[in-house]
Amino acid sequence: MIAARLLDAVPTVLLVLTLVFVALRLLPGDPALVVLGEYATPQQLALFRREMGLDQPLPLQWLLFIRDMLTLDFGSSMITRQPVAQLLAENLPFTIELTLVATGIGLVFGIPIGVMAAVNRDRWPDGAARAFSLIGYAIPDFYLGALLLIVFALNLGWFPINGGGEGFWDRMHHVFLPALTLAFVKTAFLGRLTRTSLLETLGKDYVRTARAKGGREPRVIYRHALRNALLPVATGLGLSLLATLSGSVAIELIFNRPGIGEVLISAIAKRDYPVIQGGVVVFAFFVVLVNLAIDIAYIVIDPRIRVRA
Amino acid sequence: MSTALDLAPEEPRFGILRRLFGRPTTVAATFVVLGFIAIALAAPYIAPHDPLAQSFLRINSEPSVEYWLGTDQLGRDVFSRLLYGARNSLIFGLISPAIAAVVGTALGVAAGFFGGIVDRLVSRLVDTLLAFPELLLAIMVAAVLGGGFWNVVMVIAVAFVPGFARVARSTTLAVKQEPYIEAAVAVGLSTPKTILRHVLPNISAPIVVLATLWVASAIRLEASLSFLGIGTQPPNPSWGNIIRDGLSNIFGSPWPIVGAGAAITAVVLAFNILGDALRDLLDPEGK
Repeated sequence: MIAARLLDAVPTVLLVLTLVFVALRLLPGDPALVVLGEYATPQQLALFRREMGLDQPLPLQWLLFIRDMLTLDFGSSMITRQPVAQLLAENLPFTIELTLVATGIGLVFGIPIGVMAAVNRDRWPDGAARAFSLIGYAIPDFYLGALLLIVFALNLGWFPINGGGEGFWDRMHHVFLPALTLAFVKTAFLGRLTRTSLLETLGKDYVRTARAKGGREPRVIYRHALRNALLPVATGLGLSLLATLSGSVAIELIFNRPGIGEVLISAIAKRDYPVIQGGVVVFAFFVVLVNLAIDIAYIVIDPRIRVRA
Repeated sequence: MSTALDLAPEEPRFGILRRLFGRPTTVAATFVVLGFIAIALAAPYIAPHDPLAQSFLRINSEPSVEYWLGTDQLGRDVFSRLLYGARNSLIFGLISPAIAAVVGTALGVAAGFFGGIVDRLVSRLVDTLLAFPELLLAIMVAAVLGGGFWNVVMVIAVAFVPGFARVARSTTLAVKQEPYIEAAVAVGLSTPKTILRHVLPNISAPIVVLATLWVASAIRLEASLSFLGIGTQPPNPSWGNIIRDGLSNIFGSPWPIVGAGAAITAVVLAFNILGDALRDLLDPEGK
């Protein structure tokens, strides 16, 4: 079952890489001209084409591209000459750290808010949770981030305004505001999901049975209902992990943090072709990996799926 | 649930409108959306200043009667830039979902109607793209294409195509089972005519609803991309790049950030509230 899902990821990876390949080759005009500009000498253009393998026939280019990407050989930056894989590896920990801390905050607040809303359905805690989630979905993360930066870092001076930090506590100090920003919409999302899922579970026969047996309400909710209600939340968590990853691009920019998004955005501004390509492929790998992890987690958590297979 | 609905007395006239506008939040949201559209259309007539006019005599001025939200680091009137930014947002909010709807519907109908290898190819592509969050997909495509008006339109459209294709495919599969399709094929109607006259009209309702629900997402995506510097390019005002400019001038004046962010939040919130009300109305058992 798990092996089948792993095998299924292979064509997905190939398809994603092929899409990236096609997109990069679809660039209007000659990539060498686009990157180097119209004042480049013929020698520079030829050198660029040879370095990027653009002088090879397309099918061979495709094969070489797939091989290079799968072996994480992204070439080196056109500006700093640093290997792209190394540049990404240096920045990756900051993005992962931000994503994980944001997810942690989102879980710690989101699930209790969802439970509170479901248990008090149609009363004021439910309404407050609904209002919170509406605002959470509407406020752009880069706006919230900028507001938090202005109030807590610039005016109050409680948090640093840039950088990633050194050592554990300093890094946590640096990551707090960015993570809080990304956790806002995540809390809204997870709260909503927990509420819907818990309400559905509370209507199930086994919950009625638990109540009929004289189980106290907290025991019924936490022991019987919530456990089963968390299954869709686990899937939602994967989706929201990817949403946080894409949100981290803007957040890294606002808080001047190192990270994959910051690398990609500054590479776009400088037209650093190999870095753009490497950043895009790393994001694509992340998406495939997280989806794989969601599906495998589902197989592990839910015995029904295993039995059916 | 359904029995209670069956027993309910017949809807009085205008019952649907009353149900849609019964909640004060829905009414407020409607006013915000209408106001946004009116401002976007009338921006050139109501803007007190030229949004591009720079003056070094009035850099970073505080809000005043003349400049409601002050001026930015180039001395441009922030309030006028916000009004023109609404115009920019409305254009992307309408064009991108429309293009995505056309392309996505074409893909989805082809997959659902023809089945076989076409369906397998389209479904694989759509499933793969659906795994990407819209913003991430848009950032990746924009990284390759670069900025500029039509590129940004295409980037946002690409992010929405998979969603439309999925809905179009599943509704086409359902419609294909209907006797009138069988009849059309039986009387020898050509395939393009069958699709145009019998499939498309019957799947259009969910597609149109989806397109309206995605206006807010398109506005948000455009703002995010412009904030990242890969959307609407300066000096043209977009709510996203107003915040971007504001961030680089954060010690000068916070008002561009506060104003543009509040505008995005209010418009997206209003569209979402309307969208929820619309969905509840069309699909009462949904939530």
